[in-house]
Amino acid sequence: MKKSKAFWVYIIFALVIYTIVQVMISGGTLDLYYQNILIQMCINIMLAVSLHIVIGITGQFSIGHAGFMAVGAYFSAIATMNLGLPFFVALIIGAVAAGFAGLLVGIPTLRLKGDYLAIATLGFAEIIRIVFLNIDYVGGAAGMVVTNMTTWTFAFVGVVLTIFVIANFTNSRHGRGAIAIREDEIAADAMGINTTYYKVVAFTIGAIFAGLAGGIYSHNFFIIQPTTFNFLKSFDILIYVVLGGLGSLSGSVIAAIFLTIVSAYLSNFPETRMIIYSLVLILVMLYRPTGLMGTKEITHLFKFGKKGGSKV
Amino acid sequence: MTSNLLLQVENVGIQFGGLKAVQNVNMHMNKGELVGLIGPNGAGKTTTFNMLTGVYQPTEGVITFDGKNLKGLKPYQVTKLGISRTFQNIRLFKDLSVLDNVKVANHNLAKHSILSSIFRLPNHFKGEEKMDRESIEFLKIFGLDVYKDELAKNLPYGMQRRLEIARALAAKPQLLLLDEPAAGMNPQETHHLMELIAFIRKEFDLTILLIEHDMHLVMGICERIYVLDHGQLIADGTPEEIRNNPKVIEAYLGEEVIE
Repeated sequence: MKKSKAFWVYIIFALVIYTIVQVMISGGTLDLYYQNILIQMCINIMLAVSLHIVIGITGQFSIGHAGFMAVGAYFSAIATMNLGLPFFVALIIGAVAAGFAGLLVGIPTLRLKGDYLAIATLGFAEIIRIVFLNIDYVGGAAGMVVTNMTTWTFAFVGVVLTIFVIANFTNSRHGRGAIAIREDEIAADAMGINTTYYKVVAFTIGAIFAGLAGGIYSHNFFIIQPTTFNFLKSFDILIYVVLGGLGSLSGSVIAAIFLTIVSAYLSNFPETRMIIYSLVLILVMLYRPTGLMGTKEITHLFKFGKKGGSKV
Repeated sequence: MTSNLLLQVENVGIQFGGLKAVQNVNMHMNKGELVGLIGPNGAGKTTTFNMLTGVYQPTEGVITFDGKNLKGLKPYQVTKLGISRTFQNIRLFKDLSVLDNVKVANHNLAKHSILSSIFRLPNHFKGEEKMDRESIEFLKIFGLDVYKDELAKNLPYGMQRRLEIARALAAKPQLLLLDEPAAGMNPQETHHLMELIAFIRKEFDLTILLIEHDMHLVMGICERIYVLDHGQLIADGTPEEIRNNPKVIEAYLGEEVIE
């Protein structure tokens, strides 16, 4: 069947990438510096894709994504460092905690629309950050010491899982309902879509994977601090989604990869780093105002005008 | 007679701040009827539609559909009960394909859960295939199946109107509300639309309420007509009665019918 073929293509594609990188790591071609960039890239892809389901698919302008990342980061760090649980379990705990936070934040705020929603989510993200800042159990402002446990394998599996779940959600009746909300909320409602429900579902799924990314992030460096998860981090994630093209999953993946490479390269020029980074953003938006991919997916390019639609 | 009653609107009114947009409206519709709702601009026709579909909650009065009180129901719940509508200013999902537009309205036809979609369980494929099949049937009726992969925004105007009706039908209504379906159409397209409305009414056993300014269409196909003016019902009856009702002529029809 056509649909399951696409699924296997996706799995094989993922396995090929994984094997190539794994061989390069074992062979010593990729030293720790590059491995770290790759893991950073994976984290950014997860964050971008998890925000894509909220902004790109459901059309809800949330700019507090770093808050859910923080929840995932702290809860998984507590699980490994203070409770001594295995890393794998800790990641799940972080993701579930973030999803729960998403549910709690989503139910009241998703009644709001547009700018008001943006401000409310930003506010909630700051509240989450301030809460962690004031809890001594997790180190307060000084931060929390976390052992380095993240490996390329964990990060990559995280990415595959994120894309798998979110792409499958999108290409189903549920995803279509969410897209209908983005396109015209009143019409979606009139066609029998429970708009509040799908907004909260999309928001929660987004929060879960932001939490997973947070867990992988917190175990990649040796310390996590509340300031890492401030609103600038939220904007970074937002930039991936907008630059990739609102509504395009592959676009947000490509943008996350592109900007991770740009910012890694620019770390050689610390003085001019932010200037060049901003210039790159401005140039891309000038020449591709709808983002790198627009609303198209990369898979559309390989279909030679045949019917689009279901990807995975 | 009473068992035949599908929709009953009793003393319904709505107030926005100090403005009484609609007041004391009494209407009823029997199963299978085709009823027109006319009135000058700003008379409260679309507001009435919005109250029937749950977009607005009436501030007074009771709306009963198929024996159930619609009070407090959200639009999607009203749709599930069996009232579906089109919009005066077309509200298609512009960046979705023609087929997907209809599939959105087909949403409640399949029951597969979010988890079965995420993990691509057999239920997901069964459900989606069923939705595909049914949606294409609807498109065929409207002659839109050849455009199924086209984005809705790329369709010509007349087809967008038709797609809106197809989409409303896909929600499986008993009562279909059409808000100015012929707006912006030329006489030929309007004529075609009249035939189409007559056809779907028979084919799907529908009850239809339509708002329209095109008197040719309204007088041509409606069995009964309600006339609204300044938020109040000023007349109801057969097209013939409405045509000769002095109040209506004064309020709205004017010279057009006298000629």
